[in-house]
Amino acid sequence: MKYSEIMVRYGELSTKGKNRKDFIQQLGNNVRHALKDFSSLHILAQHDRLHVKLNGEDSDKVIERLKGVFGIENFSPAIRIEKDIDKAKEFAVSMIQEQFKPGMTFKIKTRRQDKNFPLHTREINDALGGYVLNNVNGIKVKMKNPDIVLEADVRMNGIFLSSSTIEGAGGLPVGTGGKATMMLSGGIDSPVAAYLGMKRGVKIDMIHFYSPPYTSPQALAKTKELTAKIARFSGNVQFIEVPFTEIQEEIKAKVPEGYLMTIQRRMMLKIADVITRQRNCKGIFTGESLGQVASQTLESMMAINDVTNLPVLRPLVSMDKTEIIKIAEKIGTYDLSILPFEDCCTIFTPPAPKTKPDTSKARMFEGNIDVDDLVEKAVKNIKVTNIGPGDEFLNSQEDVFAELL
Amino acid sequence: MIYFDNSATTKVNSESLDTYVKVSESIWGNPSSLHDFGEKSFQLLQQSRKQIANLLNVRTNEIYFTSGGTEGDNWVIKGTALAKQQYGKHIITTSIEHPAVINTCKQLEKQGYDVTYLPVDKSGRISLSALKSAIRKDTILVSIMLVNNEIGSIQPIVEAAEVLKNFPSIHFHVDAVQGIGKGLNYILKNNRIDFLTFSGHKFHAPRGIGFIYKKFGRHIESLMDGGGQESNLRSGTENLPAIASMAKSLRLLMEDESSSVNNQISIKKIIYNHLDKFENVTIFSKLDEKEFAPHILCFAISGVRGETIVHAFEDNGIYISTTSACSSKKKETSGTLNAMEVPQSLSDSAVRVSLDENNTIEEARQFNQVFDVLYAKFSKING
Repeated sequence: MKYSEIMVRYGELSTKGKNRKDFIQQLGNNVRHALKDFSSLHILAQHDRLHVKLNGEDSDKVIERLKGVFGIENFSPAIRIEKDIDKAKEFAVSMIQEQFKPGMTFKIKTRRQDKNFPLHTREINDALGGYVLNNVNGIKVKMKNPDIVLEADVRMNGIFLSSSTIEGAGGLPVGTGGKATMMLSGGIDSPVAAYLGMKRGVKIDMIHFYSPPYTSPQALAKTKELTAKIARFSGNVQFIEVPFTEIQEEIKAKVPEGYLMTIQRRMMLKIADVITRQRNCKGIFTGESLGQVASQTLESMMAINDVTNLPVLRPLVSMDKTEIIKIAEKIGTYDLSILPFEDCCTIFTPPAPKTKPDTSKARMFEGNIDVDDLVEKAVKNIKVTNIGPGDEFLNSQEDVFAELL
Repeated sequence: MIYFDNSATTKVNSESLDTYVKVSESIWGNPSSLHDFGEKSFQLLQQSRKQIANLLNVRTNEIYFTSGGTEGDNWVIKGTALAKQQYGKHIITTSIEHPAVINTCKQLEKQGYDVTYLPVDKSGRISLSALKSAIRKDTILVSIMLVNNEIGSIQPIVEAAEVLKNFPSIHFHVDAVQGIGKGLNYILKNNRIDFLTFSGHKFHAPRGIGFIYKKFGRHIESLMDGGGQESNLRSGTENLPAIASMAKSLRLLMEDESSSVNNQISIKKIIYNHLDKFENVTIFSKLDEKEFAPHILCFAISGVRGETIVHAFEDNGIYISTTSACSSKKKETSGTLNAMEVPQSLSDSAVRVSLDENNTIEEARQFNQVFDVLYAKFSKING
């Protein structure tokens, strides 16, 4: 069916009182950004709903994009027809027939903006409902929780009919929750944590620690591509690459084996702290899940968290691995995450790290290295890349290969 | 020269050959090497795989590269036999398969497997009731070719798939070597098919390369063990120049598939309608597009040996073959025509014309003219 517009219903933001206007504006911008390559679209963010006028663009593709925008409760593709009740009847029947299966129930829900339309709301309901009952074999009317709700919206410029409601991503529009950084490894967990942070409206900058030659260029490319995957939910993301080789070598040389991991993590968090403040972000997200590995025990978190007083946000803290994997699959990061490249965390891992490190000991061993100097150098040498949804890094040769294939 | 023997092999197209040369010259690292030179080869390998998967509308991890059709058939059949022997040792195939299938089954029979060879009717098609009654509790594999290589009959794959939906544990293999690029995608995309075999040189890729489709979740044992390439199922350093070249050939083949199929149908029609006029000619292929592939036309001139016909055409610059290239040098009668219960005197006279997208209507007209001359000559001798 060729739809003429998509009606978008707002999520939680409608309950947010004074901020409402900002929320709607932000969501409007985010939707515009997500759909920016469809040049004919017209997007109108109104106080109660947002309308995406398709003007001939492919509705399936637009719907696919809208599914990833936070702050949308649900949306319905609609068809615009002339203000003629007989035409409306025909379309109502064909739209319902498209999804009707034996035993299903329906109701008609009319809104009438155009007060000059000859029929009143009730009369429109009756006319459409009666016609559907007579022409769709076996369908029944049900007012509470019907299977199909056909909405008829009589506006000045036509009647808009819609019958299917598509679940949106929920959450809050990205940007309404401020800005934070995320410590992104190449694993399964951190992209999911970033996604969940975005879902609560936070704009996220990615921090990634990179240790060539101990980690491969592919591991870096993979992490960038993961970022491109989740950029789908927030628009462009700043990717901050932190050179970490020297620090790791220094720690390895001067810190007792049991504390290698703890001190490494403290250094990472310390660097993240500096970058976060520099960029005016208000918190640090991590993909930690309690008890998953040695660095993720409460004792370990305490010893590591010791280096910052910024909020360290851990959306996955109480999730099981299987729950995390489910989300990773849903957001399309899982297959990428499991590609086997050495990343920062798997190298320099002592065979038996302390699962219950002691904070004061950690502080003491850290004294063996020149923390301030190392942090300063690392921060000075960061490299920032702006990554957009769908950018490709792993198969960056694709264009070169295009001619071959 | 008029080349009408495309079911035997096809000419490598220049675009694909170009890819072969360029990859050999500049992307010759081992895809398994860690360095970025090897990495580049790996990316090209994966990109080729992805392109083939996209063209066939399947997942990237469902495509496995092989050395060609014979390996693909051997792998799926023996791989299934090895993987599923504790569940049963019964295999169903047809009596008109390519030797890569038939002889593999024969070998398994020596190892204690039981094989049912389904008979075919006069037009070279199996019957579904025969398939249904052949299925047993211990059946582990059904292997049916898509298009017969000798007469071009299309087997009832979709209907067989319907039957096999009630037997979800049986592996369903379709040898599609003769069926790619011939307007049969509506059959190939059937989701009950578990395995498909393809061969590159049948669609203008170089020799020595092919691939199978293996449905995600279906398991077969490996036959080639070693360095763990192809997800540890088919070891051996990847033949990257040929793989990339095949990916390109497949794209070119499928890009203008419908127009090239129409072209082949027209050519086949012109020859068919001409041959049909002659009393001593028996045509085994038909024009019906649902039952016969557009590119194969098999016929016999009573009383003249197939090889005589082949050589007579060859003297006029036209290349055709006796029923299949693989068996045509051995003094064997056609397996397919035999199974169709065509008397041997007639099947010995059978020849095959097989087309591709490069053939033209003009070539068909020339063929017909040459045919007239030869037919008159043969009639004199036989007369």
